[in-house]
Amino acid sequence: MSSETKQILTTDGIPLEVSLKKAEKKNKIKAFLLVAPLLFFLVITYIFPIGEMFTRSVDDRMVTNMLPKTFKAMEKWDNLNELPPEEVYRGFYEDYKLLAENQQHGKLGQRLNKEKNGFNTITKKLFRQIKRKKIDENASLKEQINKLHKRWRNVEYWQAIKRTAPPYTASKYLKGMDMYFAADGSIAQVEEDRRIHRILWLRTLEIAFFVTLFCFLMGYPIAHLLATLPMKYSNLLMICVLLPFWTSLLVRTASWMILLQQQGLVNDFFVMIGLVADDNRPEMMYNKVGTYVAMTQILLPFMVLPLYSVMKTISPSLMRAGKSLGGTPFVAFWKVYFPLTIPGIGAGCLLVFILAIGYYITPALVGGASGTLISNQIAFHMKTTLDWSFASAMGLMLLTGVLVIYWIYNKLVGVDNIKLG
Amino acid sequence: MSKNPEFVKFDKVDKSYDGKVLVVKDLQLDIAEGEFITMLGPSGSGKTTCLMMLAGFETPTHGEILLDGNIISNIPPHKRGIGMVFQNYALFPHMTVYENLAFPLRVRKVEKDEIDKKVDKALSMVSLSGFETRMPAQLSGGQQQRVAVARALVFDPAVVLMDEPLGALDKNLRESMQYEIKHIHESIGVTVVYVTHDQSEALTMSNRIAVFNDGKVQQLSNPAELYEKPVNSFVAEFIGENNTFNGEVVDIDKEKCKVKLANSEILANPISVKSKGDKTTVSLRPERALINPSDKMDNMFTGKIEEVIYHGDHTRVRLNLLENSEFILKVPNSTSNLELKVSQDINIGWNSTDARALDPK
Repeated sequence: MSSETKQILTTDGIPLEVSLKKAEKKNKIKAFLLVAPLLFFLVITYIFPIGEMFTRSVDDRMVTNMLPKTFKAMEKWDNLNELPPEEVYRGFYEDYKLLAENQQHGKLGQRLNKEKNGFNTITKKLFRQIKRKKIDENASLKEQINKLHKRWRNVEYWQAIKRTAPPYTASKYLKGMDMYFAADGSIAQVEEDRRIHRILWLRTLEIAFFVTLFCFLMGYPIAHLLATLPMKYSNLLMICVLLPFWTSLLVRTASWMILLQQQGLVNDFFVMIGLVADDNRPEMMYNKVGTYVAMTQILLPFMVLPLYSVMKTISPSLMRAGKSLGGTPFVAFWKVYFPLTIPGIGAGCLLVFILAIGYYITPALVGGASGTLISNQIAFHMKTTLDWSFASAMGLMLLTGVLVIYWIYNKLVGVDNIKLG
Repeated sequence: MSKNPEFVKFDKVDKSYDGKVLVVKDLQLDIAEGEFITMLGPSGSGKTTCLMMLAGFETPTHGEILLDGNIISNIPPHKRGIGMVFQNYALFPHMTVYENLAFPLRVRKVEKDEIDKKVDKALSMVSLSGFETRMPAQLSGGQQQRVAVARALVFDPAVVLMDEPLGALDKNLRESMQYEIKHIHESIGVTVVYVTHDQSEALTMSNRIAVFNDGKVQQLSNPAELYEKPVNSFVAEFIGENNTFNGEVVDIDKEKCKVKLANSEILANPISVKSKGDKTTVSLRPERALINPSDKMDNMFTGKIEEVIYHGDHTRVRLNLLENSEFILKVPNSTSNLELKVSQDINIGWNSTDARALDPK
């Protein structure tokens, strides 16, 4: 037996590995217990809600649970281009009657109306007939229902009901991208003039990109100044950078509204120096300009701080070395200083971009119609239309987008190269 | 080729950072071509400021710096062609050893083949051939230091500045690097201006040493002279060890002076004292005082041993001699060793030429 493979024993004869594990076990448990509250907290406040959001975004069990007999009967509906057989009608009638007794029929009507316009009217009509007991359960229900409204004779409505059969659906996700399941089950695009979500997604990306760019262009020199100034000045400057950070977001946004409005200070100043005519004041708010200006200012510290923390660690003698070796100040900066700040640039840009992509309150207040972002749309569906599953779907799409950006970033720069502080 | 004795010239240079305190006062210093000159001094003595002015990172408040006869005060650092080794090496952490060395050549638009050749040569000079693809972080302190030296030399600068380059190394490595830098200097004959606060480093490496204190050069001379013949008590104190006696001159002629201490009188070599009544500090190197001297010496006294400290190659003995309880003797640990015991009385003698009467402290 060679000495390498021989098991090493401790003095009391226990194999060393076992003894080591035993010794470390206690510490491992201790370490786990220390992080356990945080882990628990994260599970409750982060992982669980995201899971819940996902379920909600794909959940389509409502109709499934409301129309069990219908869907059971629909399994025997073979030719989807013709009206379903009598059993489907019967199943639907029985399901609907039960719902009517439980006062649940309205919900179904609304839900089906979302699937296909016009359902609300014809289900209400059916409800009234049932209430007046005008339907003869022993005769052909297919004929009686078809007679109620011409839409019942249209196979597309029955197809729409069938589409709601599976308990899960991706239709909310398609809707988020201005697409939908067509009557035959294929994916189709909505008409061009109704594609609002795609515009919003693109605008969100565009604004996030440019806000990141502006933050970088403004933050880099500030961070450099912070890192190189003597302590007493750099502290003061740091407070200037952080002061807005400590002020309420709402207050800052409101102050931008005061500054940027047409009768605001900035416009007054432009008029005063004769840049613009008094009766031709430019609109700097309730459009993209307002969103850019306010968001850049608000997100600037998130760029400055990581850059500063990286720049602080770069020894000034490196720039000196670059110069003394013959590099012009620009070469010394570009070849020596700049590459060393890339981890900070990466962290700052990632942070600002991700924050900007989900920004809500500022675009909502100063963005107007052309300056709102996808998060405003999400909020709109959460608060106004109460279509939570659609809001969840868009939220998850946003989250996925952020993860994709993170992944691309990791491929390009490497997460190990990020330095947040 | 005759060497220019004023290759680098500081001409009446003053430097102040805040307009109140002069960090460098009226500096007059000539450095010969090919010389290894060390600026030695305690921290805050202005030596690094001088180096930075020569490199171009600081501008003199007054006066001119000349390089090979040309005023360089208004030339930016990157046009001076002066190599520099920084205190913390300042290797570019994101570049390999090769790229670090190639940097000064690339910015000078040297051909690729030529760069390869020069980098090769420079690396073999510091015995680091084969390390081209390493990153600085993968090198030990000593290796990083060599790369920094190689990088400062690779573009054949006329002058190389070194700002305490060995400060971060441990003692053994520091000593071997001292010899290595000295040998590199001897083999390529570049002018080196070296800054350190370590006197033994200065003594081993330099042709000449400029001792800085309080923004002024206190003494500029070769290492032996600096040690043997310090011109003032700061230099005597700063370089090597030193026994001192404070007193007053009572008699003086050309070669000797008599200095009155508290209760006794000693003979000394008048260096900065001029006349009777001058206050003086007499400085004597520990190794110049002998125990039980066989020859007749003109200073002979008896002292009492206070402490004996074993130092390996020698033993340090602290005596109380002439009311000075800090009098140090260095006794080599040879085979014919003396019995040295605490509170024993011994006879001490030294020649008056070795006891230098300097300015009072």
